[in-house]
Amino acid sequence: MSDHCLQIIQDYGLRSLGIGERALPRTDFTLCHEFTLIGSGMLWNIYFGTIALAFGFVFSVILALGKSSCRAWLRKPSEWFVFVFRGSPLFIQFFLVYELLTMLPRQGIDLLGLTVETSWLTRAWAGATIVLFLNTSAYAAEIFYGALQAVPKGDEEAADAYGFTGWKKFRRITWPTMMRLAWPSYTNEAIFLFHSTALVFFSGFPALRQQGDALYYANYLADKTFNPFVPYPIAAFYFICLTLIVITIFGAINRRLNRHLPGATKKLRIKPQIIR
Amino acid sequence: MKNILLASAALAFSAGLAQAQDVVRMGTEGAYPPYNFIDDDGEVAGFERELGDELCARAELTCEWVTNDWDSIVPNLLSGNYDTIIAGMNITPERAQTIAFTQNYIPPAKSRYLAMTEDADTAEGLVAAQVNTLQSEYVASTDATLLEFNTLDDTIAAVRNGEADAAFADGDALKPFAEEGDLVWAGDDQQLGDGIGMGLRQNDTELKEKFDTAITSMKDDGTLDDLIVKYFGDDAVTFN
Amino acid sequence: MFASCADPSSLHGLNWMLCYLGTGKHLLFYTSFGTVLLLLAITAPLSLLFGFGGALAARSSFTPLRWFGVGYTSMVRGVPDIVFFLFVPIAMDQGLEYMRHITLCSDWTEPVRQGNSFLVCPQAKLPPNTAPQIYHKIYGFLLAVMAFALVFGAFAANVLFGAMKAVPHAQLETAQAYGMSQRQVTRRILIPQMWTYALPGLSNLWMILIKATPLLFLLGVEDIVYWARELGATKSQIYAYPHPDWRLWYFLVLLAFYLLMTKISEAVFARISARLSRGQATLGGETQRKATP
Repeated sequence: MSDHCLQIIQDYGLRSLGIGERALPRTDFTLCHEFTLIGSGMLWNIYFGTIALAFGFVFSVILALGKSSCRAWLRKPSEWFVFVFRGSPLFIQFFLVYELLTMLPRQGIDLLGLTVETSWLTRAWAGATIVLFLNTSAYAAEIFYGALQAVPKGDEEAADAYGFTGWKKFRRITWPTMMRLAWPSYTNEAIFLFHSTALVFFSGFPALRQQGDALYYANYLADKTFNPFVPYPIAAFYFICLTLIVITIFGAINRRLNRHLPGATKKLRIKPQIIR
Repeated sequence: MKNILLASAALAFSAGLAQAQDVVRMGTEGAYPPYNFIDDDGEVAGFERELGDELCARAELTCEWVTNDWDSIVPNLLSGNYDTIIAGMNITPERAQTIAFTQNYIPPAKSRYLAMTEDADTAEGLVAAQVNTLQSEYVASTDATLLEFNTLDDTIAAVRNGEADAAFADGDALKPFAEEGDLVWAGDDQQLGDGIGMGLRQNDTELKEKFDTAITSMKDDGTLDDLIVKYFGDDAVTFN
Repeated sequence: MFASCADPSSLHGLNWMLCYLGTGKHLLFYTSFGTVLLLLAITAPLSLLFGFGGALAARSSFTPLRWFGVGYTSMVRGVPDIVFFLFVPIAMDQGLEYMRHITLCSDWTEPVRQGNSFLVCPQAKLPPNTAPQIYHKIYGFLLAVMAFALVFGAFAANVLFGAMKAVPHAQLETAQAYGMSQRQVTRRILIPQMWTYALPGLSNLWMILIKATPLLFLLGVEDIVYWARELGATKSQIYAYPHPDWRLWYFLVLLAFYLLMTKISEAVFARISARLSRGQATLGGETQRKATP
């Protein structure tokens, strides 16, 4: 790697976060420029994916439990939520949610004397994360719901026999089995979620100060160089790497979830349960 | 619609028989009124449609209109999916490195700021512009904070709902919005680019010459100016 | 469309709306729903075919073929479909034209790549430059179909590969014990039996495919999103039917369309699933057996 390229990395490596050179390069693009800028944009993809996945995990478990509840006031809303967010394209969700968020009063909402700021919601870092969070929650809820239904009857009966009830039974017996069953599908969902982050600046949300994700920069470079055959494959390359990292991390968790089972220390098989 | 298709098929067929002239495929975006847009019948219309048809008539070419997404309009020209870009594309040195331009058919025009109030902060405020345009590039070079949207409508909506202090775009494209009443011109107008011209592949010199001649003849007899006034109003910049 | 719509500026209220919804552009919008359905109808079986090839290749005992199968499924699955669509169709187009160029114009001396330009001889153009626009549209649509089928074929391969592994080994061994050859086992036992295991994955894949169709406009196909954006955008006085930014309403229509598609698909898959479970040694099959007296 030449000094020249090191300089480019210094200038643009964190450009997507607003650190480094203010102006984007306009002419004389080298491969180094393209790799650096698109890689810098990947930081946003990782941010969107990780935050949405973390919050989505908690919410999706709640939704899954709600969906399998026998109380209609819990079940119906969960079912509707999952149906709407799984039944419509993310592309359209981004657009509609952005439109809705811009309708919030600019000066903030008055809540019990406290003024709640709303303007940050229309920014991609918040708004798009919310959409991705809701979206992944719905998909993951369906996966966890399916897994919950598939928990072997024998496990539950054994728990009863040991005198486990209520919360303890759920935490010690139902929950681990559910996770174990759902994990391969959930891994797929995580991969898809990271892929969907590429849509953020493509429909709805605006890019502030030319700080965008990998696809935003790939698009910028394709526009400036008039050559789509370099930036987009670079973006694809980064996404393949990201996918491999996700698979590795989720595989490690899977091995931990299955460690008590005989012969289950094998590698994670991404099961054909693609849910999206 | 069907009739139009049949008619154009018949036209193309007879052209194919004659072999005298090739069909020139005119690539446009169809989403940039009044330059080019899809009218209510689903046909390409606007200033460039009328201009292009006249140029083709003068150059004795058979032309066919094609729409393409703005993002990939140059790669598809280079790839040979159509032969010209006639889509309100400004002539810039960067673009001219990759594609050839005819002489301009619209003189260098003003890009303008549209805002809720006349004293909106266009210098250091939040300015909305359409992504990958001359205007977004310009805003990025000023002290203002650039907010990039995918469509012109989005930039206007952003000004209306308070997301951005001002929208910056081609003055003629902004005009209809300014006439609606709630938005006003703000800041200083900027002259960007060297006017609008037709884009062609660099090796298509023969075709470029034909269009150049046709544009010159339209400039000389004043028909081009008439057309500009027809679409952009009496106060539009003309050639003569 | 209707005689009464001849002068839109004189219309008001409901009449205006009826005429507005009957413009040629709206008719194109309505037809584009058909385009999307047509794409789904062609892409689904084609993806299944690609997936089948990929899965069989990944199972193959011939190492290069296996690598190809595994490479195809894992590479394409690693790339977001939107990124894939942004450069693969145009690359496929150039690839096809380049192959035709080599075979049809062997005496062509100019280089095909000149700077960023891609120049093949006129005979190699697909479709020929003189062809009517409708052929260009069909060709563009077919490229889009291929791009979709490539992406979703990779996912389908993954599903089918998993399903083939899920077929109980005892069933395959029994078939061998009856004296069937390897090919017979694959054809008579493995493939018929795997569907029940593949169905959940395939049904999800179908749902994903439906929800990927809004990206069609990126491929130059004038689909429902293209028309919704076009029709909804602010229309100034140069249009016959001026109106403010109505994209929100058009997108709500699209939302309803997709939700309806999902609902119908879910119902259809529930039926197929019940049909396939019949007589299977799975939980679903067992429940059915007990339910019938």
